[in-house]
Amino acid sequence: MGKTIAEKVLSSHSESDCAAGDIVIASVDFAMSQDGTSTMMIRELQELGFEGPKTKRGMAIVIDHNSPCPSVDVAKIHKTIRDYALSKSIPIHDVGEGVCHQVVPESGKALPGDLVVGADSHTCTYGALNACSTGLGSSDVAAAAFTGKLWFKVPETYLINVEGGFVPRVGAKDLALKVIGSLTADGATYKSVEFSGEAIDSMAMDGRFTVANISVEMGAKFCPFAFDKTTADWLTSRGIKTGLPVSSDYDCKYEKDFDFDASDLIPIVSKPHAVDNVSDATDLRDVQIQQAFLGTCTNGRLSDLRAAAEILKGKHVKKGVRFIVAPASRAIYLEAMEKGVVSELLKAGASFVAPGCGPCVGAHAGIPSDGDNVISTANRNFKGRMGNNKDVGIYLASPETVAASALTGNITDPREV
Amino acid sequence: MKLTGKVHRFTPNDDINTDYIISGRYKFKIDDMNELAKHVMEDISPDFSKDVRKGDIIVAGRNFGCGSSREQAPRALKAAGVSAVVAKSYARIFYRSSFNVGLPLLECDTDWINAGDELTLDLDKGEVVDNSIGKTAKAVAIPRTMQTLLADGGLIQHLKKHGGFALE
Repeated sequence: MGKTIAEKVLSSHSESDCAAGDIVIASVDFAMSQDGTSTMMIRELQELGFEGPKTKRGMAIVIDHNSPCPSVDVAKIHKTIRDYALSKSIPIHDVGEGVCHQVVPESGKALPGDLVVGADSHTCTYGALNACSTGLGSSDVAAAAFTGKLWFKVPETYLINVEGGFVPRVGAKDLALKVIGSLTADGATYKSVEFSGEAIDSMAMDGRFTVANISVEMGAKFCPFAFDKTTADWLTSRGIKTGLPVSSDYDCKYEKDFDFDASDLIPIVSKPHAVDNVSDATDLRDVQIQQAFLGTCTNGRLSDLRAAAEILKGKHVKKGVRFIVAPASRAIYLEAMEKGVVSELLKAGASFVAPGCGPCVGAHAGIPSDGDNVISTANRNFKGRMGNNKDVGIYLASPETVAASALTGNITDPREV
Repeated sequence: MKLTGKVHRFTPNDDINTDYIISGRYKFKIDDMNELAKHVMEDISPDFSKDVRKGDIIVAGRNFGCGSSREQAPRALKAAGVSAVVAKSYARIFYRSSFNVGLPLLECDTDWINAGDELTLDLDKGEVVDNSIGKTAKAVAIPRTMQTLLADGGLIQHLKKHGGFALE
């Protein structure tokens, strides 16, 4: 019988012929950690007597969650991280470079066919590049960096087939929220999820990053996309090699398969306080919003900023709405500036914060007031997520829906503006 | 190994995420697990950290520990005195991390267990005994990989002891 992408990647990395359900010790290509999880990893590495990573392409630490530093307490944590990284020659992506899940792909450290681990749950993002990548706790990432290996249970695979084409102002985020709403928050726990079909084949890389990123919100372990010309172009245009692409065999075993039609999709919103608590945007037009956030590892890429700018061009966000934008990386920020996207957003009333996680994790840069509703392109809307748990409602949506809502002050279907 | 402790339950029962276990408001600026322990479960149960006693057991529904990979979640629960979690199912990262840091997890139906009951968990047999109502239930056996990590005192101690992975 043929193999899925996960079975192939874990077989090649463990020099075995493994199948779903097996436990393997596999070589890890790259390990990543960020400022919210690195101090524990550093203590674990110190205890192990770490001298340098044994992973094939090493490791990196990204300071993105509290970036730039908001307090003296965090400054101490950042100094611990910088000092350790310097002492062990670990590359560090410091303040302003961007969100780890954009910086790592841009750096060429996560390649097609790779096995990558990161001390951040959204590490599954690199699945967009045909890698098997997954988030883990700091101990597992320390173990991977120290030994160059890690144990894995080979996951079963779900196939999500998406036919048809998206209608204007509906896209990858709406699809992802629709799928999560349908499968639920634990509907794909432990599974590798492969997306395929016409709508996926024609999806640009930014959309694939969005879908792979948020797949962990239904519990996915890996979310590897097929390698195609779109993947190759994204890599080669950045001077990055194309790795060792892997495809699933025609006769591989998918544990379950699901069918969606992109042409049926309309703008979707996740309501407080769960990502799978989804509604059509049109059913939420009575919800007033006080803050709109465009950014994050889910939707802070150039096409996301551009999609919002197209809706806001020549207009201004509603009085009383705070519109915060955090580009996912410095490279994206620069490109958005050169293409005029930044000025369009600024003229529409945007407040730009440094490339990084922005207000998504509730540490700084846009903590909502008591009773506020926030519409956000992020991937989590848990109670208290943005730093205030007092009657704050976080609604998750696409860049288009966030822009349209910022414009009207109420949750708005972007096809109506 | 046997553990006995008082049951704590929460609303919501399902999908208790790691943000609820320890909020980003604290975990990004506090690096001392004993300090973080003062804020565990704060967003869904503000008095939990005052009520919890050493050895107590958290009981929940499906998908416990979903969301963020923050290893502070199992570490802060442990520092708060929680000896184990019993839930219907767990999110993947939290599941690995808990055994990695020495917090045992058992998986079984939990609808019958009441807050305040006294539970005894037999980790070797995979058995949950509610001493308050005199009922026993079978849990899913802890996989051998996780039993090995737990017995060695967590993942880092396992690597130190064996000089690498010694898992089947």
